Amino acid sequence: MGDFTFQELTSIFAMQGFVGISLFSVLLLMALGLAIIFGQMGVINMAHGEFMALGAYTTYMLSMFTRTHYPELMPYYFFFAIIASFLVAGLVGYLTEFALIRHLYKRPLDTLLATWGLSLIMQQSFRTFFGSREVSPTLPDWLMGSWMPTDTIFIPINGMFILGLTTVVTFAVYYLMYRSSWGLNVRATTQNRVMSGAVGINTKQVDRLTFALGCGIAGIAGAAFTTIASTGPTSGSLYIVDTFMVVVFGGAASLFGTIASAFTIAQAQSILEFFISSSMAKVLTLLTLIIILMIRPEGLFASKVRK
Amino acid sequence: MSTNTDFLLAIEDLTVSFDGFKAVDSLTMYIDKNELRVIIGPNGAGKTTLLDLICGKTKASSGSIQFKNQEITKLVEHQITRVGIGRKFQTPSIYENLTVYQNLEVSYSEGRSVFGSLFFKSTPKLEAMIEEVASDIQLTEFLETQAGVLSHGQKQWLEIGMLLMQEPELLMLDEPVAGMSAKERDETAELLNRLCKNRSVIVIEHDMEFVKKIARKVTVLHQGKILAEGAMEKVQADEKVIEVYLGH
Amino acid sequence: MMNFFIERFLGGKQGAVAIALLALLILVIFPLALDLFRLNLVGKYLTFAFAAVGLVLLWGYGGILSLGQGVFFGLGGYAMAMFLKLEASDPQSTAIQTTPGIPDFMDWNRLYELPWFWVPFESFAFTLLAILVLPALFAYIIGVAMFKRRVGGVYFAIITQVIAVILTVLIVGQQGFTGGINGITDLRTLNGWDIRTDSAKYILYFINALLLLAVIMISRFVLTSKLGRLLLAMKDKEDRVRFSGYDVSNFKIFIFCLSAVISAIGGAMFTLQVGFMSPSLLGVVPSIEMVIFAAVGGRMSLIGVVYGTLLINFGKTGFSETFPELWLFFMGGLFIAVVMFFPNGLAGIYNKYVSKLAFLQRYLPAIKLPKSKADTQSNASSSASTSDNAAEGAKS
Repeated sequence: MGDFTFQELTSIFAMQGFVGISLFSVLLLMALGLAIIFGQMGVINMAHGEFMALGAYTTYMLSMFTRTHYPELMPYYFFFAIIASFLVAGLVGYLTEFALIRHLYKRPLDTLLATWGLSLIMQQSFRTFFGSREVSPTLPDWLMGSWMPTDTIFIPINGMFILGLTTVVTFAVYYLMYRSSWGLNVRATTQNRVMSGAVGINTKQVDRLTFALGCGIAGIAGAAFTTIASTGPTSGSLYIVDTFMVVVFGGAASLFGTIASAFTIAQAQSILEFFISSSMAKVLTLLTLIIILMIRPEGLFASKVRK
Repeated sequence: MSTNTDFLLAIEDLTVSFDGFKAVDSLTMYIDKNELRVIIGPNGAGKTTLLDLICGKTKASSGSIQFKNQEITKLVEHQITRVGIGRKFQTPSIYENLTVYQNLEVSYSEGRSVFGSLFFKSTPKLEAMIEEVASDIQLTEFLETQAGVLSHGQKQWLEIGMLLMQEPELLMLDEPVAGMSAKERDETAELLNRLCKNRSVIVIEHDMEFVKKIARKVTVLHQGKILAEGAMEKVQADEKVIEVYLGH
Repeated sequence: MMNFFIERFLGGKQGAVAIALLALLILVIFPLALDLFRLNLVGKYLTFAFAAVGLVLLWGYGGILSLGQGVFFGLGGYAMAMFLKLEASDPQSTAIQTTPGIPDFMDWNRLYELPWFWVPFESFAFTLLAILVLPALFAYIIGVAMFKRRVGGVYFAIITQVIAVILTVLIVGQQGFTGGINGITDLRTLNGWDIRTDSAKYILYFINALLLLAVIMISRFVLTSKLGRLLLAMKDKEDRVRFSGYDVSNFKIFIFCLSAVISAIGGAMFTLQVGFMSPSLLGVVPSIEMVIFAAVGGRMSLIGVVYGTLLINFGKTGFSETFPELWLFFMGGLFIAVVMFFPNGLAGIYNKYVSKLAFLQRYLPAIKLPKSKADTQSNASSSASTSDNAAEGAKS
C-alpha cells in the first residue's frame, strides 16, 4: 500500500467501495429471495442463480423488443423490464414449486439435488435459446456515465441506480413480510404449519407464493445485474455460492442480518480485489466466512431461539 | 449448598429462562433411590423443560443438579446418559428402519465409542438381556419386525425397553401412556410398578386415572415452581392445586 | 471364520453373489470385451465409483450430504500427481529450463526452487501415506468444526460446496505452485515404471478394480457392524442416539473421514490411469456429479453405485458426442427423476421389481448379468471417439 498517497488511497477506497456497492446490491437482491425461501421452507434453491439469469434475459429481450418496435420508449423501458423480470421469474418459480418443490418438503437434501437438476436444465435452455455468447441489453443513456464528486473519484450512475432499486425492493420486502397480513400468514406458517392450517391459512398457497416471490426477487436481481455485466447461460451459477454465504452468514431468518452480511461480503471482496488478485480475494473472503461460521454456526445475526 | 446426600437426584435452586421468561424458577426437588415420582401440572408448567434440564437437552441458567452427588449441569447429553440417566421422549422416539432387536441392541451400554462399535460383538449376556427386556415390554414375538410398523403403544413400550437396555439408575418418562388404549395403559402401569423395584423413575403424566394407579408421591408444578408435593390424596385435596387445575 | 467373512465383508449370501457378479464384470468381462482404450476409460469411471461408495457410507447411511467429495478425490489425485511430476522433472529431462529439476509449470511461472510443501513428495512412501492421511486429516478438521457444533443438513452441504470452490479457485490462482487450470500433466513413470505403456495400463486397471472391490468389502464390514446400525439410527432419530449415551459427532466425523479417504484412493488411481490431475476434477460440478452417481446407483447400495457410476459415465460419453446439448437436459432430468421417483436408485428398482419375482431367484445372475453387460457395452461402443476422450488421449 506504500506506493499510494493518502488521497489516492481514499479515492481507491471510495471507488472500489462503490464497485462493492454494485456487487452488494445484486448479492442482496439474490440473498433476499434465497433467504425468504430458506427461512420459510428450509429449502435451498440451487437454481436460484438461474432465476437471476432468467430476469437478466427477460431484460435483454425487452430491450431488443423496444429497440425494434418502439425506439421512442427506450429511455423508459428499463422500468418495465424490472417488473417483467420479476413477473417472469416469479411465474416460473410458482410453477417450479407446484411441479417439484412441494413434493419434497420433508427432504431438504433431496430438494437441493432436484433444484440442482433444474439449474442444469435452465442453463441449457438459456444456451439453446440465446446461444452461449454473453448478451447485454441496450441500456438507456441516462444510466450511463458517472458522477464525479472530486477530480479523482468516479461514481458510475448505474451503480447508484441499482442501489436505489435495491433499497426500494428491500423496503418492499420488509413491509410485505413484517407489516402486511400476508406476511403474518407467512410467518405463522413458518412457526407452526399445523396450527396455521387449522386457523384457516392456506399453507400450500403461502408456500407457493413465497417461493414465487423469492424467485421473482432473483429476477429483479437479474435486471440489476444487466447494468453491471453481460449475461451468459452460466452467469447465475457464478453468484450462487456467494449468495449462499450471504444467507448462511447473515442468519437465515433475519432481514437485517442478510443486509449486513451482503454488505460485508461484497465490500471485503471488492476492496481486497484491488490489492491482491481477485481469485485470492475470493479465497480469503470465503475462508474467513467459513472460520466465522465455525465459531458461530447459527450465523452472525441470528437471534437466540428456544429449541 | 452442594453437600453430600443420600438422594439419587438432588435438584437445588434450578432456574432456566428463555429471553426473560422463566420456564423453571428456583426449583428444588429431591428424588430417593428406588422412588417412583409423578410430576403433574397444567400445560406450560415446566414439566418437560425440567426433564430437558436433567438430561442435558437444555442448559440451566443457574442452580445445580446432582446425580449421586455428582454435579451434572456441566455435562453434555451423552455423558449424562452414561452416568445412569435415561429419558423417554413425549412422542415415541425409536429407529423406524431398524428391527426391534436392533433397536434394543444399539441401546445397550457397551460399544459406545466409534471403534468400540465398529468391532462390537454380540455376547450371550447381551442376547439374554434383549430376551428379558423384550418379554418385559411384550415384544418377544416382534424381535425381527421393523420397528416402524409397530402400533403406537408398542412403539412407546419399545422406547421404554431401549431405556432399560441402558441400565439406568434413573428413568425419566415423558407422558408414557399418551395415545394408548385403556388396556395398554393398565399394562404400562404394571410395567412401571415392576420397573421401580431397582431403579428410580420420574413420570410426567396428564392422565389422572393412570397417575392414581402408579403414584406414591406426586409433585405439582405450576409456572416453573413447585405448587404442592406429597401423597396423591393429599395433593388432590390441596386448594391451590384445585384452583390451578379448575380455575384460571 | 469363513462364515464371519461372508456375513461381514460380503454382506451375506446375496451380497456375496452381487459382489461376485461385479467382480466378474470388471475383472473378466470388461478386460476381455473391451479394447485397451475403452478399458482405460472404464478404469477412469471406476475411480469415480470410489467417491460414490464413500457417499453411500456418508450420505446413504449417515444422512450427511457432502457436496465436496471432489475435494478429497482431488487431494488424493494431486498427491499422486505431485510425486509423479517430480519424478518426471529430473534435471536431465528439464535441462532446457531456467531452473532444471523443478516441474515445468514452476519454471514458466518464474519459480527458482521447489516450494517446501512439494519437497516431501519426492518420497514414494510419504506420497502413499499422504494419499490416505491428508484427506482424513482435512476431513477431520472440517468434521470437528462442523459436527461438534451440530452443523448439519443443508448447512453442511453448502459449506462443503464452498470448500470445493475455495480449493478450485486456490489451485487455479496459484499457477506456479499447482499447475493452475491445466493441472499437473505430462506424468510418465512411477518409480521408473513407465505408466503410459499398454502393459502398465492393464496392470493399473486391475489394481484399480481390485482396490475398488476391497474398499466395497471394507465398507460392507463397517455397515454390518454396530456402527452401521448406529448410522441408520442417527439418520432417523439423532437425539435418541445421543440420549442412549453416544457422542453422535464422533460417529459423523469418523464416517466423513472414511468417505474422504475412499474418495482420495479413487483420485490417486485416476492420476495413475489417466496421467494427469486438474482442478476440473475437484470443483463444484464433479463433486455434485459424484452425488448423482450415488443417487442413480442407489444411495444405500455399495454395489449399485458402481453400476450407477458406470452407466452415467458411459451415457455422458455417448451423449456428449452425439447430442451434446441434450446431455445437460438429460442430466438435469435425471437429478429430478431420481429424487422424486426413484430415491433408492437402480438398486431400489432392482429390489422392488427384479428380486420380487421369487421364482426367478435361482436365475438372478443370469437375468442381471446380460442386462448390465448389454447396457454398458452398447454405450461403450457408441462412445468410440468422443471429444473429451480424444482430448484426454492427447494429454496422456
